[in-house]
Amino acid sequence: MKFSEQWLREWVNPPIDTEALGDQLTFMGLEVDEIVSAAPDFADVFVARIVGIEQHPDADRLRVCQVDCGEAEHLQIVCGAPNARIGLTTALAKVGGKLPDGTKLKKAKLRGVVSMGMLCSASELSLSEEANGIMELPDEAPVGKALAEWLELDDAIIDIELTPDRGDCLSIRGIARDVCARNDLPMQLHEITNVPVSIDDQWPVQVADGCACVRFTGRVLRDIDIKIQTPAWMVERLRRSGIRSINSAVDITNYVMLELGQPMHAFDLDKLQGAIQVRLARVGERLVLLDGRDVALDEGTTIIADDRGPIGIAGIMGGQDTGVSDSTTNLFFESALFLPKMIAGKPRQYASHTESAHRFERGVDPAGQLDALEYATGLMRTIAGGSAGPTMDWVEPERTPRRQAVLVRDARLQRILGISPSSDTVQMIFTRLGIDSSPTSEGWQVQAPSYRYDLEIEEDYIEEVARIVGFDSLPRTQPANTPVFQALSEARVAPIDVKKRLVSTGYQEVVTYSFVEAGQQSRLRPDLKALPLANPLSSEMGVMRTTLLTGLMTTLQRNLSRQVTSLRVFETGLRFLANDDGLPIDQLDEYTLASHGAGEQMDNSVQQQQMLAGLVAGKRDTQNWNSTDESASFFSAKADIELLFSQANGAAVRFMRSDLAMLHPGQQALVEIDGQNVGYVGALNPALLFELDIEVPVVVFEFSLQALCVARVPKAVRLSRFPQVRRDLALLVDESVSAQQMLDVVRDCVSDNLVNVRLFDIYQGDNIENGKKSVALGLILQDFSRTLEDKDADRVTAKVTDALGTSLGAVLRN
Amino acid sequence: MPLDLDHLITDATSHIEASTAIDQLDAVRVEFLGKKGKLTGVLKSIGNLSAEEKPAAGQAVNKAKQAVQALIENKRLLLENALLAEKLASDALDITLPASGQLAGGLHPITLTIERISALFAQLGFVTTDGPEIEDDYHNFEALNIPEHHPARAMHDTFYFDVNRLLRTQTSSVQVRYMESNQPPLRIISPGRVYRCDSDMTHSPMFHQVEGLLVDENISMSDLMGHLEAFLNHFFDQDDCEIRFRPSYFPFTEPSAEVDIRINKGPWLEVLGSGIVHPAVFRSVGIDTERYTGYAFGMGVERLAMLRYGVDDLRLFFENDMRFLAQFH
Repeated sequence: MKFSEQWLREWVNPPIDTEALGDQLTFMGLEVDEIVSAAPDFADVFVARIVGIEQHPDADRLRVCQVDCGEAEHLQIVCGAPNARIGLTTALAKVGGKLPDGTKLKKAKLRGVVSMGMLCSASELSLSEEANGIMELPDEAPVGKALAEWLELDDAIIDIELTPDRGDCLSIRGIARDVCARNDLPMQLHEITNVPVSIDDQWPVQVADGCACVRFTGRVLRDIDIKIQTPAWMVERLRRSGIRSINSAVDITNYVMLELGQPMHAFDLDKLQGAIQVRLARVGERLVLLDGRDVALDEGTTIIADDRGPIGIAGIMGGQDTGVSDSTTNLFFESALFLPKMIAGKPRQYASHTESAHRFERGVDPAGQLDALEYATGLMRTIAGGSAGPTMDWVEPERTPRRQAVLVRDARLQRILGISPSSDTVQMIFTRLGIDSSPTSEGWQVQAPSYRYDLEIEEDYIEEVARIVGFDSLPRTQPANTPVFQALSEARVAPIDVKKRLVSTGYQEVVTYSFVEAGQQSRLRPDLKALPLANPLSSEMGVMRTTLLTGLMTTLQRNLSRQVTSLRVFETGLRFLANDDGLPIDQLDEYTLASHGAGEQMDNSVQQQQMLAGLVAGKRDTQNWNSTDESASFFSAKADIELLFSQANGAAVRFMRSDLAMLHPGQQALVEIDGQNVGYVGALNPALLFELDIEVPVVVFEFSLQALCVARVPKAVRLSRFPQVRRDLALLVDESVSAQQMLDVVRDCVSDNLVNVRLFDIYQGDNIENGKKSVALGLILQDFSRTLEDKDADRVTAKVTDALGTSLGAVLRN
Repeated sequence: MPLDLDHLITDATSHIEASTAIDQLDAVRVEFLGKKGKLTGVLKSIGNLSAEEKPAAGQAVNKAKQAVQALIENKRLLLENALLAEKLASDALDITLPASGQLAGGLHPITLTIERISALFAQLGFVTTDGPEIEDDYHNFEALNIPEHHPARAMHDTFYFDVNRLLRTQTSSVQVRYMESNQPPLRIISPGRVYRCDSDMTHSPMFHQVEGLLVDENISMSDLMGHLEAFLNHFFDQDDCEIRFRPSYFPFTEPSAEVDIRINKGPWLEVLGSGIVHPAVFRSVGIDTERYTGYAFGMGVERLAMLRYGVDDLRLFFENDMRFLAQFH
């Protein structure tokens, strides 16, 4: 809310400067966004009166004015404004003066006629956004006085950003209350006197049950002169609050709203047909709003209607047909109360974030309607004359928001704030804020004033005390409670340590958006179902990621376009698998168990799982004099993964054949731990690289993050004192037999004495039959109780050869 | 006879000295000391001497053999040392050449910041926890005392999937989940991604918060301020980071405060929101509001990272330009 500092100071005037006042507001929770001068940047502009006017000899549209600006001689000013006329009091920028747009005024000749300055419009002086002709000042404006002085432009515009709970501060009076409390000052009296009723006219009003309206006050005003301009001081105050002057009736409703916080509406009485009805809109009803938009009304919306139909959306915006116009002479003033709950959401729905809607959404004082009505009527009569009818006041007490009495315990105050201000201070704060309070043995029995919708529970009142004394006056303490030990599992590696391991092997962590482009993602994992956002910012951020690789691929493409030729990156975070069909979770992704290590879930409709994904592209170490220039390959990535899993000490990590379409059919593996798929690794399919126009080899991997966080608490075993024996075997097998199969057979058949088995050579070529390969295994044997002899080793070798022969058709080579 | 020996020794000495390689030296050894060597020949000829002459002659020949042997050994040592020196010289490296191998990677600055925050709070016994990012309306709003149509909802530009499912707008949802399944005393922090439907120079549709929650007996606003002030000073590694608390409004805390900081007399920047947990939140998770009080805060990780590391554009964090990220190695 923007407002004039002067206006606030009419209500409370603490002996502090503007900056200090701004700080006070901020530290009471009324955060000051900006303080600017109310005066536009003009100089040497004076109140002046046109005393003579003649047509310009050489220009149809120009006239030559003689202008009195309080000096002995009149000045000759050439002016093109149609409203220039003898007797008009207006604004004159003299030679040497300056306008807000930077124009410096010089003695000039316009089509041969000398002009000693310029008569200005309000918009040329930045006093309004638009203007028809030069300013029209009232006759009593003192000729010769500096305009800035006469308009009291020596003022600051304070803009505060209010939290949604403080609807009561959307008015000068509301802000003043807080300032009074902060400075322990009384509020200046602004008594609102009832306007004498001089006519009997009333207009029937019917309020339907169940609509937003719980109080409706109003009255008829007849014979006003709408042509009389709103006084400059009011136009100025409205301007300083960012509101444009329209006509006196509208300006007055706005002015009252700014000062007292009660939104009002003025109807042209002669345009109303039949009783005013306040009710919920009916299906199919439409309304052309004041701003010209034609909107369809829905049944949840409270409207103002007459016999013909809707004439306004309650509390939000009036209709065009019944608004005040140049020809209006009779008015109906509405000052009502609409319930916040029933207004909330409507401004957004109708794209009408009006000042009125803003206030009703947050809560308007249920006790302020008549005051506002009387105040507006008084202003209207003073400015535009007319006669006022009696006020009408309809109330529905049961639904009117009411504040409950609450006990504020001194002990609780102390406990929440850490200190307890003196009871005098607390009492003062309550009183200045209009809170009804009486001391009790425990503290205070309090009841909030009608305008404080935010004060409900004990803590709300405690906050009021803190707000007014200021957080700065509270001590800074450390809680007395000691922390207690927390479980610290050694069988778990912290994710950060997994990340650090990757970092030390050269990976850069990245952070990409959790929402991605659907098409890009389905190129990678068409088998997974993504959850689309209902209101995405753009289609590039349209669906939730089902794989972290989507973001890594984007990262790769973006960096390749910046001349980066090699990349090692990883990311951790949630992936999201839609499960609208309520499938068992582990059927959602056949390559990575979706339930693995999954934390707390919202529900079954979407599976959220912490993942770690990596991507390696290009050469490992570019352009080193000594480098082998190894390109990203399946095995280089596998080495990194084995290092990661080495923490999962002892867990049976196995690499299995896999068939993900995005990966090279022969260079990919599923990774299994304890028989569960926890992720995969593989080279991207060259067809996909071609499609994406990527010219470097790319290897990717993705795992359930928790799979990498598994550790085993080490259990030390006794070491043998006897020497190891090694036996090497060269075996001929079908080339389709995997290393894993052979190692599994070896481990299955030798339980004792096998310390390790190494697969140290693979050979195909000369002397090896097509379709076969030669595999060299090294068996390392050792016993705890004795030195193994040749015959022991031979026995093991024979057993292994037999087993490999039986299960995999392996033949010992000579 | 002695003359012969002297001559042989002189001859051997000159051959030894003339040797420039081990194999030449070996040849000299064979020539003089080998089975058919010249000195061996002299020794054999002693058999022809008389019994009286034999001992003296034998002694003389053995002495000569030993002398030649010693000369050869000395020379061998010299030659070997020379050879080693030569090899070492030829093995010398330009030790200023860059080594081959992988360059180090690095953690993302957001992670660095979260780790720093977590490490500081861990000192006070705060446990790190997390929760789902796709949330239901209840945990993101209702349980945090933000019913439907509450004006506070307008402060959150929420991404929705449907009427009930949304992307969490704040990490505070984790508070609720944690309190549903744990009893006080509680000390948690919960870092993570949060989402708002807003994107411009200073807003990213995804950003990070660290939520903090301390529930115990007698936790006050003064404690909250004491902890946060100490935390911020330690986070920025300096004592003169200015901190101010401004009253604010969050439906799930009462009283509520926003915290601004200022470093080196720069502009005030809002870095976190905080307050005393609202009794309605405690009631929704069944915590006794008379026995326990608690504080909660949510801090903006990007803001803190920008201040700490001098990053001037929020968007850099999510562009993943390697040149930017490499600065945090």
